[in-house]
Amino acid sequence: MQFWIIQTLNSVALGGLLFLLSSGFSLIFGLMRIPNLAHGAFFMLGAYLAATLLSQQVNFWVAALGSGLGVGVLGVAMERLVLRRLAGNEQGQVLVTLGVSFIIADMCLLVWSGDPIPVPAPAALRRPLLLFGFAFPPYRLVVLGVALAVAFTLYLVMERTRLGAMIRAGVDDMEMARGVGIPVTRLFTIVFLLGAALAGAGGCLGGPILNAYPGLDADMLPLALIVVILGGAGSLLGALLGSFIVGFIYNFGIALVPDLAYFVLFLPMVLVLVFMPNGLFGRMPQ
Amino acid sequence: MTRRIFIATLVAAMLLLPVVIRNDYYVNLATQILIAALLAQSLNVLLGQGGMVSLGHAAYLGIAGYGCVLLTLSSFNQLTSAVGAVLLGTTAAALFGVLALRASGLGFLMITLALGQIVWGVAYRWNDLTGGDNGIRYPARPSPFGIDLAGAGRFYYFTLVIWALATYAIFRLSRSAFGASLRGTRDQPRRMRMLGHNVWLIRWFAFVLSGFWASIASLLDVYYNLFISPHALSLQQSAEMLLMAILGGANTLAGPVVGAALITLVKNVVSTYVDRWNSLLGVLFVGVVVFMPHGLVPGATALMERLRRSAVRAKFLSGADAAGATK
Repeated sequence: MQFWIIQTLNSVALGGLLFLLSSGFSLIFGLMRIPNLAHGAFFMLGAYLAATLLSQQVNFWVAALGSGLGVGVLGVAMERLVLRRLAGNEQGQVLVTLGVSFIIADMCLLVWSGDPIPVPAPAALRRPLLLFGFAFPPYRLVVLGVALAVAFTLYLVMERTRLGAMIRAGVDDMEMARGVGIPVTRLFTIVFLLGAALAGAGGCLGGPILNAYPGLDADMLPLALIVVILGGAGSLLGALLGSFIVGFIYNFGIALVPDLAYFVLFLPMVLVLVFMPNGLFGRMPQ
Repeated sequence: MTRRIFIATLVAAMLLLPVVIRNDYYVNLATQILIAALLAQSLNVLLGQGGMVSLGHAAYLGIAGYGCVLLTLSSFNQLTSAVGAVLLGTTAAALFGVLALRASGLGFLMITLALGQIVWGVAYRWNDLTGGDNGIRYPARPSPFGIDLAGAGRFYYFTLVIWALATYAIFRLSRSAFGASLRGTRDQPRRMRMLGHNVWLIRWFAFVLSGFWASIASLLDVYYNLFISPHALSLQQSAEMLLMAILGGANTLAGPVVGAALITLVKNVVSTYVDRWNSLLGVLFVGVVVFMPHGLVPGATALMERLRRSAVRAKFLSGADAAGATK
């Protein structure tokens, strides 16, 4: 029983982290039509930045904001300085994000060396919580809570604000959105800032669970890709649902069949691609 | 005419290379270039002619590579293992093709990337089968027709023969009706559909063929290194292959070969001095995409054409001047 409770909690915590990672990925993909392959590297950089900030006795939540901000600024720089030069050349943009991800990963290796660096959870959340005779790791519940809060905020922003309406218009029909005077290019920057910041903050929140290590980017990127393939690009609900599906499958895969954890991920992907190639909630035209 | 002389010189150079350069290091480097070139060429069947960007090509390197090593280690003979490995790689390509071609464009890219990373993850995690991060050693190079391939020179010739056969096949393919229809699906998929072509099937066949040649190249890679580890399947490897094809020029047949030669040389030179190959790979990627989107071979061809034209014009103009002077 304890095993199942712990693993379920681990799964939802991983799902929450994946949502922080893939919601930004999905937003960027939905609006700009490019999969940002540097997103895994953004997440890893967030974890490393958090480790450094926390070693300077910064408060955990401040560190999360700080690494989100730092990575967000980097994302904006990438969008404005490189991606914008390639406007209209989507294939080129994707390859550039891949190149940037290699540079970030190698620089992380240079700065923080090859050994995993622990990212300590806030002191108050480290002690296991005893409820009904079972021990709960409270930090994972907090991660879940943060992810759900972010999801709700994003939902409100997307559905209830002017900015959200403009982004949705851009996702649905960019030409028309431009035509009615929506500053789509500025939206690109905003969405990139938001997506990169979410990935960076996600890296900080994920740190206490995953640690910061070289290769974290390569571990997280395919998970984000599969979330978006499952959930459908450009859909928040799809990203949320996809994150928890992947979180559960991957986490239980690691716990039950550690050798084949990645292979297990293959299955939902095959099913969705065969039966719903647009993803569960995809609204991208083919 | 100059073209013929150029090709003849190139062929002679390739044939004589181990005789002239007696240094094993450089002969091995040439072998590495040929293997990398075949990988880039196999990717380019998809990329250049089919217009499909795959970021999971290293998966075949892994599937056929591990297939060959594991079959040999479970006491099949080397020929059977090689055939089995190529079959395995090609079958995987057939399956992956069905999945990846559910989408087109960037969806295709994402799916191939995810598939490639899943294969990498399996190789990395399935310790009992693959030895995990430590990789597995391959006992020895095969001896086809009793010829021992252990030496650098002999293995170079073996690789050269396979590479030449593959290059000829890929060249014939691009000149065939199938090659034309593949380029048709790249440029005008809707018109091709209207003309009664099965666009999906053409693309899928190209995908399988690309996986087949990649599997052949991965056999050579295993024979060359006598070792395979998850590193051979990493995203960096897929990205390197893609960079080779794009750097050289994906729309040309020679492009991937030129790109493979350059990248392999740079990689070898750089890694003797510094440990930052991945950064350089990233910088090259960004630089090539931003500044040289069509690659070196078309760029060089265009430059030659311009030089020739300006030479002709200069001749014409000077002739005109002379004519004017006599008036």
